[in-house]
This record gives sequence, C-alpha cells and structure tokens, in this order.
Amino acid sequence: MFTFAVKLHINNFSSIMANMIKIKKGLDINLKGKASDVLLNGGKSDSYAIVPDYYNGIIPKVVAKVGEKVKAGSVLMIDKNRPEIKFVSPVSGEVTAVNRGEKRKVLSIVVKPDAQIEYEDFGKKNVASLKGEEVKDAILNAGMWPFIKQRPYDIVASPVETPRDIFVSAFFSAPLAPNFDFIVKGQEADFQTGLDALTKLTTGKVYVGIRKGSSVRVNGVETVEVEGPHPAGNVGVQINQIKPVNKGEVVWVVNPTDVIVIGRLFNKGIADFSRLVVITGSETTERGYIKTIAGCTINSLVAGKILEGNEAVRIISGNVLTGTKVQKEDYLGAYDNQITVIPEGNETNDFFGWATPGFGKYSVSHSFPTWLVGKNKEYVIDARIKGGKRAIIMSNEYDSVFPMDIMPEYLLKAIIAFDIDKMENLGIYEVAPEDFALCEFVDTSKIELQKIVRNGLDLLYKEMN
Amino acid sequence: MKALRNYLDKIKPNFEEGGKLAMFRSVFDGFETFLFVPNSTSKSGVHIHDCMDSKRTMTIVIIALLPALLFGMYNVGYQHNLAIGSDPGFLMTFIYGFLAVLPKIIVSYVVGLGIEFTVAQWKKEEIQEGFLVSGILIPMIVPVDTPLWMIAVATAFAVVFAKEVFGGTGYNVFNVALVTRAFLFFAYPAAMSGDQVFVRTSDTFGLGAGQVVDGFTGATPLGQIAIAGKELIGSFQATNILGEPISTMDYFIGLIPGSIGETSVLAILIGAVILLVTKIASWKTMTSVFVGGAVMSLIFNMIGTTVAMSVSPLDHLFLGGFAFGAVFMATDPVTSARTETGKYIYGFLVGAMAIIIRALNPGYPEGMMLAILLMNVFAPLIDYYVVEANINRRLKRAMK
Repeated sequence: MFTFAVKLHINNFSSIMANMIKIKKGLDINLKGKASDVLLNGGKSDSYAIVPDYYNGIIPKVVAKVGEKVKAGSVLMIDKNRPEIKFVSPVSGEVTAVNRGEKRKVLSIVVKPDAQIEYEDFGKKNVASLKGEEVKDAILNAGMWPFIKQRPYDIVASPVETPRDIFVSAFFSAPLAPNFDFIVKGQEADFQTGLDALTKLTTGKVYVGIRKGSSVRVNGVETVEVEGPHPAGNVGVQINQIKPVNKGEVVWVVNPTDVIVIGRLFNKGIADFSRLVVITGSETTERGYIKTIAGCTINSLVAGKILEGNEAVRIISGNVLTGTKVQKEDYLGAYDNQITVIPEGNETNDFFGWATPGFGKYSVSHSFPTWLVGKNKEYVIDARIKGGKRAIIMSNEYDSVFPMDIMPEYLLKAIIAFDIDKMENLGIYEVAPEDFALCEFVDTSKIELQKIVRNGLDLLYKEMN
Repeated sequence: MKALRNYLDKIKPNFEEGGKLAMFRSVFDGFETFLFVPNSTSKSGVHIHDCMDSKRTMTIVIIALLPALLFGMYNVGYQHNLAIGSDPGFLMTFIYGFLAVLPKIIVSYVVGLGIEFTVAQWKKEEIQEGFLVSGILIPMIVPVDTPLWMIAVATAFAVVFAKEVFGGTGYNVFNVALVTRAFLFFAYPAAMSGDQVFVRTSDTFGLGAGQVVDGFTGATPLGQIAIAGKELIGSFQATNILGEPISTMDYFIGLIPGSIGETSVLAILIGAVILLVTKIASWKTMTSVFVGGAVMSLIFNMIGTTVAMSVSPLDHLFLGGFAFGAVFMATDPVTSARTETGKYIYGFLVGAMAIIIRALNPGYPEGMMLAILLMNVFAPLIDYYVVEANINRRLKRAMK
C-alpha cells in the first residue's frame, strides 16, 4: 500500500565478490578515553567466579561444594532444566564460596586460584573429522555452551535444536569498543577452528560480519563486510540485513572472542578461558588491553588505572550502552571484553540546564549547539539521566538509530501491552535488548527500553514454552 | 546558585514522604527540576544519556512561539489604534497589546498548570511540562476580546477532558490547545466569530481609550471572503478594518485583524525555522500541510463558483490560522501521525481539509482548527495502515 524509502541496501549475495552491508542509520558516540592497541600489565585476580545473572534463560543449580578442589574445566554449576549445559571453573583451585541472596538465589560461585593452572584434559580433536553431535558434546562438556546464544529470546541456546544459521559479528562498534583485529592477532588459528566447529552445528551457514577494511580473513564461512555507525556491529542488525529471523526459525549467535576460546578447546584439548579485555573511558589513567581469564575480579583489571579525584566514578563491565554497573569486588561479565570507566556525575548541579544554550553538552538533537561543532570532538559523558521519565512524546527518535526493518516504537508499545500477535508481527523474534540501547540513549522521555525488551522476551518465552 | 542548591537541599526533607509539606511534593519536585537538571544517575540500562529531555523540547517550542506572540501583541495595539484613529507610537502600541494579552496568558497558565499540579500530586507523579506549550498556545489562538472567564472555563475543560482523563502528556488524542479553542467556538459562538471580536476597541486598564472612527469594520479577511458569497466573484477585494484594500503582502506581514498569534506569516515562519533546525517539529508534517492546502485551493480555483473558492493558494496559506496551525499545531508529535509515511498523509489531509471547510462551509470562515482536530482522530488510523504495511512485508518475507 505504501512505498517506503529503503535506506539500507544489500548487495547480491550470490555474487562472487565479498558480501557488503552498508548501514546508514545509527550513531557513533565519540567518547573520550579510547584505548590504543597496546597490552597493559594486570589481570592477576585473587578470585574467579561464575555469576549466573550474567546469563539469560538458565536456572542455576550448583554442583560444586565449598572446599572442593577443581581444575580449569571442572563443572561448578549446571542449568536445572537442561542439565547438559554446564558452567565450568575457568581456573584450577579451591571453591571458596557459593554466595546466595534472597530466596537462596545463587549470586556467585567463587574459586580461589592455584599459582599454576591445571587443566582438565578434553583431548585435542580435529574438527574436520568430527560429526555435529561430537562437536556439540565437546563444547557442552568443556562448559563453553553458554557462549552460544540464540535468537529469538536472546538466551543461552538450546542444545537439542539445530539452528537455521549461526552468526558471528567480528566487528565491535559500540562506544570505545575493543578492536577485534588486535584481539585476534596471534590467535587466527583458534578463531578459524572455532568457526569450523560452528559450521558443524548448523545445516545452514555460518556468517561472520567483519568491519569494512578489517584484516580478518577466515575460510569456510560466509564473510560479510559491514560498514556504518553503531549499531552496525550488533549481530542483530547484521542478521536483519543478511537473513532475518522469521517466526519458527532459530539462529545462534556467538561472540568472536568466545569463538577463539572454543577453537582453543579443539586445538589444545583444554578449557582455556583466557581473553583480552580492553580498559577504556575518560576516568582511566592507562588504557589498553589486559590479558586475563573469564570470571576475574574487576579490581584485577582496573587497580591503579582509575583517575583518583574527588568525583565518584562508575565502572562498567562492558560498554556504556549495554554494560553492567559493577563495583571493584564484582566479577567481569561473562560475555564482556571491555571495562569502561566514566564519571558518575551525581554531584553535578546543572542550573537551568534545559534553558541554557548548553555548549559542550552532547546531544544528537539539534537543540544543543554541539551539532555545529563537528564529529571529531570527544565528549566526557557522565551517568546522569538528565531529565525526568515521561510517556513517549516525540516520534521518530528511535527510528533514526535503529537500522532494522522493524518499527521500534510500535514493537515497544506491543511489548508494553504484551500483545503477543503484535509482538510477533512487528519482529520481537529478531531483537535483543542491546538493539534498543541507542534508542534508549537518544530517548527524550528517558524510558528504560532495554529493560522493557528484556522483560518482554522473558515473558514471551514463558508463554511459549 | 550554590546557595540556592543548598537551600533546596535543606528544605527538601519537608516534602518527602512523611514530611509536613508532603502534599506539595510534586510541586516542589517540579520547581527543583525546573531550576536544576536532576542529577540522578542511571541504575540499569544505558549508562549515558543524551542531554535532550522533554523540558528542553517544550522550551524550544515556546521560544519558537515568541516571535508570533510578540507580533500578535503589537498587532492588537495596532488594530486598536487604527480603530480609534490614534497613533501613540510603537512602544505605546505594543504596551497596549501587551496589557491586553498578558491577562489571557496568566489565566491560561494558572488554570492549566493548577490542574496539572493537582493531578500530578494526586497521582504522585512528576509534573509534566506539556502544558507549558499549550498554555501559551491558548491565548494565541483566541480573539483578543475573549472574556477571561471563558478562557478559564475552556482551558479547564480541555486539560481535564482532553488530557488528564487520557493519562496526561503523551497519551492525549486531541491537541489540548485546539480543544480549548473548539470548546470556546461551540459553547460561546457569539464571542468567537463575527466582526466585533477580533479588534479590541475598548481601553485596556485605562490605556488607549477613544471613540471608534467612522467606517470601522472589524471583519477579518476570511470573514469578508465567507460573506462575499458568489455575487462579488471577480471583483472581491479584502479590506482592512477601515475599509482600505489589502493585499497578499499584508497577509504575509500580518497587520490585519485575526486571532492574537495567527496573523503574521512572517513571525510564524521564524518559529518554523527554529522548530525545523532543532528537528523538534517534523518537516514532513509541516510541508505536507502547506502542500495539501495549496493543492486543494488550486482544485477549488478551477471550480471557482464562489469568492471563497477563487481565493489564490498563496492567499489561502497566508490567511487565518493556516500557517499557525501548520507550524505549531499539526506538528504536535503526540496527536499527529507518528510514522514517517503517515506524516505525509496526515499533513496533506490537514491542509486539504482546512481549505475544504473554508471554501464549502460559509458558516465557518476558518477551517484549520476543525481540520486538525478531525485529523487527530484519524492519525492513529493512518499509522495503523502504515504499520500494517510493514507487518505484511515482513510476513511476505517469511513466506519466501
């Protein structure tokens, strides 16, 4: 009935040339505190932990006992409903605590590491000669299954299903995000092996989205070059552009850094959860990459690297849009490759802020003069919400930073009303909360959109299963 | 500033739950956030936020309205002096108009914000700033001689029945200011139309007293067009209140009788530029209204059996409340179409409908108010079809 201006285009995928996606909608928030491609010291943590809250769609059941000696790769916890999904210790040592909160909810399982890490032996395997089921079992047994998430619902994937396709976005586009090209240096073989393993798990294809101009080269998978502002690197956006998820279909997604860990499992036969984490943000004194192991404390990453001033700072595990607010004694997010430190800003008093011209204040709207300054200026943005929560008033705010063929405002309204038919029709199965992060950033009405989407997905999952 | 902050922090506990002034909590909160951008930080979700908030949005709309408001004040004085045949100079002319308009602004704000504050306190919510714009729109779209009590009654009606019962700013179906105007129009027709209401002939607070000159007629150009019928076709000539001929240029500048803020297309265009540069109003809606109006007038020009039909497109767009409605009312994001395609359709139909009412209904010389209110009703329907188109396309994709 109506013709829409199609702002996004995809080249013909059957062509021999590299596949290309060009994203126009979106926003690169130019934050101060970028890291350069250097390795920093640090990362030696005095405890490591599994934090169930970092995973969606699982019910934790602790199997390790306090005082027990474990190796790297020993099972600490399983999913109650799907016991084949295991969560293993990233290091060898002693289980020192199972922390519980209200209603005995498991908060964390803590392991005190040995001086030298001992690994469970899973045996080196040649992926090429393995069947899909064997690859699946290997990943499950080594506790790496939680790396694999599925759309719809954005939860840890179900091992009994076979996905239509698997998507890996090797392009981190979020503010201050790590550079995957740097991370993968020296680990290309593990990355390739990990991708080979993934190809065994699907009857369809494995798609790898890489940044335009990236030096990452992989074989045996569909490589798609992605160009454009954030959220171009979000795997959800790439799925929507490459081959969208329709009702009844399931696709899996894996972080490229986790693909490397899976590859290592097959190449070395051990569960080696070491990874590079980038330290970024305006409130840091030293910025760069730290080699550490999943589940380490935040303190082991940021100690001595935070600007000591009078003002409070906020430490985020992850990026400023989708990360988790953490304290120094908390643990690194299960899927995170990044720590961002920004000012908290709760001591700032902005007198008549809504009326003053507001030089130097960051806004995508043209009602602040920042849009005249140009895109190269870097901004220090604190954690203030900078306004009161309102009903949705302005229209088209979300669309301009939402590069999917989905109407974000209407989908959100359907989720709030929990109208299942509408949600399905408007694309709930394609989205994850992270896809709405930029919408939440630009929202004049300061609504917590990611939370709405998360709750909607969880409720829908319950309703459907 | 620091002292003020400290003082606020000192008195704040009184307004918290259980404090002795807890019943004024929303009001305190409203004033506190008015003075200082709230410094609460995000607890979950994104850690950084854009500096834009709804207070800033509303402020910019008000700034955009100021040129038209100030011009309107001057024009009130100008028309008055023209009617009594005196020339007290620019400043006194403006002051006369300022004094005539100010009480209306005060009444509109006091009544509307009073209700908003009460409801916010009752619902234990923050005060929403939506009425800051409605409150200044209301005095700008009424004739200058509207009695204050009428404005008070109509404002109260609109705020309660067009806004609060729906849930407040963001949930209303109709533009609140236009509901006020419609209430006045239908409840007190004698005070809202005719040729006696658009020019203030009496004195204001003792200022500008005088006798109306001979040959005075207070009819607006649109009023003249409406009563001209078909006899004068080809020879119709709009006049000012002294019977002197006026042209398109006069319509553009706006020193003609009409509702307070609507007469000057020039001043309104300054506001339009502010709204478009800051991207607060949708250029799609705004331009579509003008396009719709122009296309419809061209069609009527071709029929051309009455004076109203033969008015040129440009004159139609410049006259009455057309430009004001297109720039400030049709673009209200809450009550207009929200989808991008919908905005073109919505805007076009607003413009077309306004001209249809003007040309075909001699009882209503002006059609803009009714056109926008009518399209407010249809906006969700337009959006519905645009969303359905998206749904259908997505379903087709699944079929492949």
